[in-house]
Amino acid sequence: MSGWHIKNNVMRTVEILDVKPENPHVKTIFFRDEMCASAEPGQFIMVWIPGVDEIPLSISSIYPDGSSSVTVAEVGEATRALTRMRAGDIIGVRGPFGLGFKVSGERALVVGGGTGMAPLMMLINRLVEGGVDVTVIEGAENSNKLIFLDRLNNLSESMGVEVLFTTEDGSYGFRGLATDLAERVLCNKRFDVIYTCGPERMIRKAYEMAKAYSVDFQASLERYMRCAIGICGSCTIGKYRVCRDGPVFDMERIGEIEEYLGVLKYNESGERIPV
Amino acid sequence: MDYSALKTHLAGLSMPNPTMLASGILGISAGTLRAVAEAGAGAVVTKSVGLKPNAGYPNPTVIQVECGFLNAVGLPNPGIHKFIEEMGELRDLNVPLIVSVFGFSPEEYAEVASLAAEAGASAIELNLSCPHVKGTGIEIGQNPEMVKLTVRAVKDRVDRPVFAKLTPNVARIVDLAEAAYSAGADAITAINTVRAMAIDVETFRPILANRFGGLSGAAIKPIAVRCVYEIYESVDLPIIGCGGIRDWRDAVEFMLAGASAVQIGSAIALEGLSIFKSICDGIISYLRRKGFRSVSEIVGLAHKK
Repeated sequence: MSGWHIKNNVMRTVEILDVKPENPHVKTIFFRDEMCASAEPGQFIMVWIPGVDEIPLSISSIYPDGSSSVTVAEVGEATRALTRMRAGDIIGVRGPFGLGFKVSGERALVVGGGTGMAPLMMLINRLVEGGVDVTVIEGAENSNKLIFLDRLNNLSESMGVEVLFTTEDGSYGFRGLATDLAERVLCNKRFDVIYTCGPERMIRKAYEMAKAYSVDFQASLERYMRCAIGICGSCTIGKYRVCRDGPVFDMERIGEIEEYLGVLKYNESGERIPV
Repeated sequence: MDYSALKTHLAGLSMPNPTMLASGILGISAGTLRAVAEAGAGAVVTKSVGLKPNAGYPNPTVIQVECGFLNAVGLPNPGIHKFIEEMGELRDLNVPLIVSVFGFSPEEYAEVASLAAEAGASAIELNLSCPHVKGTGIEIGQNPEMVKLTVRAVKDRVDRPVFAKLTPNVARIVDLAEAAYSAGADAITAINTVRAMAIDVETFRPILANRFGGLSGAAIKPIAVRCVYEIYESVDLPIIGCGGIRDWRDAVEFMLAGASAVQIGSAIALEGLSIFKSICDGIISYLRRKGFRSVSEIVGLAHKK
């Protein structure tokens, strides 16, 4: 049988167009690739940093000129190398992969923690375009770790999106965790759906809240990844593969992997470790 | 549909059908092994497990090339002691659980295999053929003497069926099959990936972090069919065919060459887990159309003079 070719899985080498700092630890990297520019909010790509590593990253924006971006925090060797690259440097991209967010409902609560805001930023734009009433909560440890302040404040001013920031030390916006603020917001307003991405314990809390308030729920999850096409088994969560069956999971599927969410994952060796 | 014509008996194992999950694909967690079994595989083979935990290579580890995939994942595994805990969740699996093992000496293969067997493995498959890790895989499996020593060491310690998974990266694969046979192997799995490489022309770099890897998929299917055909003529052992199988026609081709069962791996990336059921459905229709009552009747038919 012919056609062993998976079109989006061919690695393309692209030039970095621009690198924009979001905060002292996070950068947004712009490049042009036709297939990446067709990604749905919540889908991810594999980014090859030649000679270093290849890592999964969510698409954080797509522009009408065909460029797209990933937003990456310095957390290890690969991300450090990537954040130090400049315009003109070459990276490889595969993807987009996986299932993204499904836009549904009229009132959406978006809860993001740290660089978990990356896939949510693209979703927020899509929701606003679709006329959805959006409330955004972004949480971080401190003001230095918040991202997309400009983009979100612009949306707030020009489109009337309610944007709430919270920091654990109170250095910007509210003081406390994103989920604490979400609980207060949920008490006062009825939402159809919660979209979330960030630290998995935050996702877990948001999931419990969604159940308690009977609100629909979609979360983007993260696991160690290798192939991105559903065969290597590295990104397993319960019976699902995050690369293929996720990274965005809906209420029903989260219910099936509830026992692992915020609890257990596999490391590179396939050993069970706590989240 | 009545699947009874697909019942397969192989080296003492009873399988509801002749399709198996190939080693190296998905099989490192209980969750995915169970998902594959529920999707219709007749047996599942785990990712290769060694004595100690191993993180494998950095990415890129799996890339797409013409007509297939190139991988050098580097045998990541939690070590047999931890993996036994994973196996504990699979006691009620309704198909055979075959544990793939590797070691850096015949004794180490035997050690891992005996622990896996004690933990409930239905059979052991010896990875004598990984083409990209130093000191194991092909570095043992390309040498017929070492194949013999390894199979014998494992057979001495394990009372379950032992399969030898062979490499095509040799001049004569039948020498390896004969070595495995003489040492008491219960079946031959053929083939593992073909050693290969890809280089990015923009950055002048080999793409795989390990530079070299193993080629799977459509590109190696004719090589695998040839190997199965040759082994069928040289040793009297059941053969499990593996290499580029994507649909029922591919599976039947391997069986006509002499395979009693087939393993499916890379094609899961294209077809998803439903591939096991669709291949079974296709074989059933083929058997009916050709007038066979059991899938075992077509094994080796291409050898009829």
